Amino acid sequence: MQKYSVLSLARNAFSGHRNWSPAWRSPPLKNRYDVVVIGAGGHGLATAYYLAKEFGITDVAVLERGWLGGGNIARNTVTIRSNYMRDESIPFYVKSVAMFEGLTHELNFNMMHSKRTMVDVVQTWPKLRELRRRQLVMDIYGSTYEQITSEELRRRIPALTGGGPDARLPVICGMVHTDAGVNRHDAVAWGYARAADARGVEIHQQTAVQSLLRSRHGTIEGVETNRGTIRANKVVVAVSGHTTTLTETAGLKLPLRTMNLTAFVSEPVQPLVDVIVNCPDSGFYFSQSDKGEMVIGGAPDMGQSFRRDIKQHVFEDTVTAMLSLFPSFKKLKLMRQWGGHLDISHDASPIMDQTDIAGLFVTAGWWGGYKAIPAGGLTLAHLVAKGEPHPLMASFTMDRFRHLDFVMEAGTTTAR
Amino acid sequence: MLLIPCPYCGKRNECEFIYGGPVGAKRPDPNAVNDAEWVEYLTVTPNPQGPVQEKWWHARGCGEWLVIWRDTRTHDIMEAPDDAT
Repeated sequence: MQKYSVLSLARNAFSGHRNWSPAWRSPPLKNRYDVVVIGAGGHGLATAYYLAKEFGITDVAVLERGWLGGGNIARNTVTIRSNYMRDESIPFYVKSVAMFEGLTHELNFNMMHSKRTMVDVVQTWPKLRELRRRQLVMDIYGSTYEQITSEELRRRIPALTGGGPDARLPVICGMVHTDAGVNRHDAVAWGYARAADARGVEIHQQTAVQSLLRSRHGTIEGVETNRGTIRANKVVVAVSGHTTTLTETAGLKLPLRTMNLTAFVSEPVQPLVDVIVNCPDSGFYFSQSDKGEMVIGGAPDMGQSFRRDIKQHVFEDTVTAMLSLFPSFKKLKLMRQWGGHLDISHDASPIMDQTDIAGLFVTAGWWGGYKAIPAGGLTLAHLVAKGEPHPLMASFTMDRFRHLDFVMEAGTTTAR
Repeated sequence: MLLIPCPYCGKRNECEFIYGGPVGAKRPDPNAVNDAEWVEYLTVTPNPQGPVQEKWWHARGCGEWLVIWRDTRTHDIMEAPDDAT
């Protein structure tokens, strides 16, 4: 792997940037691997990377239907945080946030990490009670939550001029989560791809998996793709909203539903808001990107959906809610919108497990899975390599459904 | 945006409705199924790229509950309540 540094930048600048080596190879496709990972998104690439780095399994192929990093990793709002609710979830996300903070160094790729704090604007007393309960649990696991007054809140976010005493939902106070940050989603995908490739992992783009193949004994045998059959005794499904589409080709049902979550972006403006603003009572959140755009998200579409568009009334509801607290944003012109289809599990927590089909692993149900990429990849690689769950993710296996021992996380994300 | 056919009010804007969840499997006799089948009944709903059956509540309208078949790829409503206009 060509190391990126000030020296390599200077050297390549002098040679007119013609001599950079490709960040990853495009090797010929073999017909057998130790492990096949389906989906070159955040979780798939991270799993492949940690399989090679932590567990020495390098005969790995990552198969991607479209292009690397073009799925939900390119369709989210890059918020990295650990303010969750359950004892099972918080340590996992604390680990993931910590791993994200060291990722630039680990992968030798600038993640443009900006640990800029997330501030919740609290407008109802039930929400305040819920957040203070979360604060107490988060304290146990080393995550941070702190209440500030509405005066302090308005001092930190000058653009927050709505929600006064006469508003339908007056601003009560703020909750500050200093661990939160944002980074560059492309860098995460490319950084993991480049580092995994350097350790021998093969990444095959434009390779669509059409079905999973089972042996006579019922175990997983490989995958059928548009480029032929590829055999492997271990197959990892990391395809987000299409998880059930794939597992059903092997006759496996999972407690997942696919939904569409949308976001949109304004034109770039001068620096205005230096934190991630989350307004759970009004139902929207936003942050300002390094380019100056407001990156805005709201609630998911009602009902299951495999479409990646935005519905007009979802868009209108989000904008209406935003203008009630940030009336000056009325002048903003909107530039782009996008949707991503995510799968949500029965209890809104992720599923990482070896399924009933021996050798078939899934990582799914990631509602807000961007923040979980490093820890998700590491713990799934542990499961694939060792056959037993990593302690951080032991609660996220399918066992919780068998025992009706759910990890309810609806409400800590935009899920509803 | 969906235009959801209400049997009383005709085709109405989706924002008048509240989503009532997917129509799941018929409740089995708990004594007649094993644990795995019971858990499947409780947690697994069909998730096809195609028609799903779902409940909607005309909460900001006449208050009627209705069931439609909707395609998850196109949002086309394939089948509406019989007496919907």
